[in-house]
Amino acid sequence: MTQIAKPIKRRKIKGDSGAGYAFIAVALVIFALFTAYPVLSALIISFQKYMPLGSKFIGFDNYIDSFKDPLFWKAIKNTVVYTVLTVPVALFISLGVSLLILPLKKKLQTVFKAIYYLPAVASGVALSVVWLWIFDPMPNGIFNQLLGYFGISNVNWLGATSTSMFSLVLMSWLSSHGTSIIIYLAALLGIDDSYYEAAELDGASFLKKLWYIVIPCLKPTTLFLLVTGVIGSFQVFQNAYLMTGGGPDNATTMVGLLIFNNAFKYFEFGKAAAQSLILALIIGGISLIQFKFLGKDVEY
Amino acid sequence: MALYSEHTGKKPLKYARNTVIIIILLLFALATIFPIYFMIISSLGDPVEAGAMSYTLFPTKISLESYKFFFDYSDYSLRWLLNSLIVASVVTVSNVFFASMAGYAFSKIRFKGRSVLFAILLVAMMIPYQVTQVPLYILIVNIFEIQNTYSALILPGLVTVYNIFLSKQFMSSIPGEILECAKIEGCNQFQVYLRIILPLSKTVLAVMAILTFMESWNTFFWPLLVTNTMDMQTIQVGLKNFRFANTTYFAPMMAGATISALPMFILFFSLQKYFLKGVTVGAVKG
Repeated sequence: MTQIAKPIKRRKIKGDSGAGYAFIAVALVIFALFTAYPVLSALIISFQKYMPLGSKFIGFDNYIDSFKDPLFWKAIKNTVVYTVLTVPVALFISLGVSLLILPLKKKLQTVFKAIYYLPAVASGVALSVVWLWIFDPMPNGIFNQLLGYFGISNVNWLGATSTSMFSLVLMSWLSSHGTSIIIYLAALLGIDDSYYEAAELDGASFLKKLWYIVIPCLKPTTLFLLVTGVIGSFQVFQNAYLMTGGGPDNATTMVGLLIFNNAFKYFEFGKAAAQSLILALIIGGISLIQFKFLGKDVEY
Repeated sequence: MALYSEHTGKKPLKYARNTVIIIILLLFALATIFPIYFMIISSLGDPVEAGAMSYTLFPTKISLESYKFFFDYSDYSLRWLLNSLIVASVVTVSNVFFASMAGYAFSKIRFKGRSVLFAILLVAMMIPYQVTQVPLYILIVNIFEIQNTYSALILPGLVTVYNIFLSKQFMSSIPGEILECAKIEGCNQFQVYLRIILPLSKTVLAVMAILTFMESWNTFFWPLLVTNTMDMQTIQVGLKNFRFANTTYFAPMMAGATISALPMFILFFSLQKYFLKGVTVGAVKG
């Protein structure tokens, strides 16, 4: 007996560690090469004036230059404005819509979920092509036609400093809700019926139930959507790049686009790396604050 | 008993309420769908310059001329689709395979440094992609010198941390007893993975495959950086170039956009269940 049991036991203990490393080997190599190394490298590059053959160490100059650059501050301001205008509204709309979907039959729920999710399936490039024509500044642009019915004259949506940021915000209001609607709906369906029953015994109205049961129960979901929403919004690049190119007069230049321009338009790799690390710190800081203030009684 | 009153005994009231709700939802659905409807409808128009035409929301005739125009624009239009397909397929297969292997190791195999390594992965997930983009570009272009190749498009995406995290989360819920039994029966770790873990994780792996494929198909930023000739571009980059070269040709542009989005629409409608599942799978944290 012992002769049979022994080798099996030994193989298990010895083999496990080796098997563990074997199983993560490929993932680890890819991660080390294409994520870990670039992060460390970004840190180094951010202290250098990058040149293809032998970069020069210049200390904190890239960081200091960035903070002295009015465009960097403008980009941060634009990013904050964009985030403040889009993320809370998106949460509000998706909560409202998912509350409306809730009482419907399962089949109808799925139909609406699918419809609202559809834009998320299309590529950002395809959508930007369409939205460019919706925002066409000519009188026969879709939005301008719409305004025409109300007797409002042409708006140069993406072309004027006063409306270009609002146009990007409007586009976000009307497109990207599918994901958060579905997540909210799943959370709503997860609220236990006994809460409602207890509330009804106390004669609570719909609004009371909404305020005292639904909103607190959805807090973890809201926090999750808020944090991911803000993180995503701070990194926004594609829409600004494809729709306005940051213009006019940098009115829609956001940090993501500024970093891209510094890196791949002006080839100031050091500056781009420094700014990207500042962005990472800002995002980390904001996420921490959100968890601290909103996550107090949220359990994970 | 639920959030909404059932209106028991007052059926008409319930119907009236649901009708109002459905109307509101339909209006919002209309606003959401409109750009896509507009894209597809307009792509069926003639390829004339924009100045000479006006937009119609209801087409009077259907023509595929604009699609022909898009494909005639460059010798490589079809190649773009093929490139996207190759890149997305390879990335998807390798993610499903390697991320699930890593997920299995992180959830079920005890080895030294496991929790530290996993913590590092989690932290890395929070780093914005802007941080890695410059060094990654230097690595691919200046060090490996593989710019404008399939390797450059594929390699950085072979396994994503998010997918490792996803499969680890799911596999943690598989009871360890099953695996112990298999080991006692004489399975080695790889057999356990192949014969027990993979079959049990089918759904989550399907979700992962679909989301990865979609993301890879739609990705624009990385292919834009590492390709510089038309024959290596993906459909998204090609569409962008087409747009900049033909700013006045409205219908062909819409045709191009439709071509880039259509494969995903087809995939979405045939595998809708997995798509919708995929949204919540990532949001529910353990």
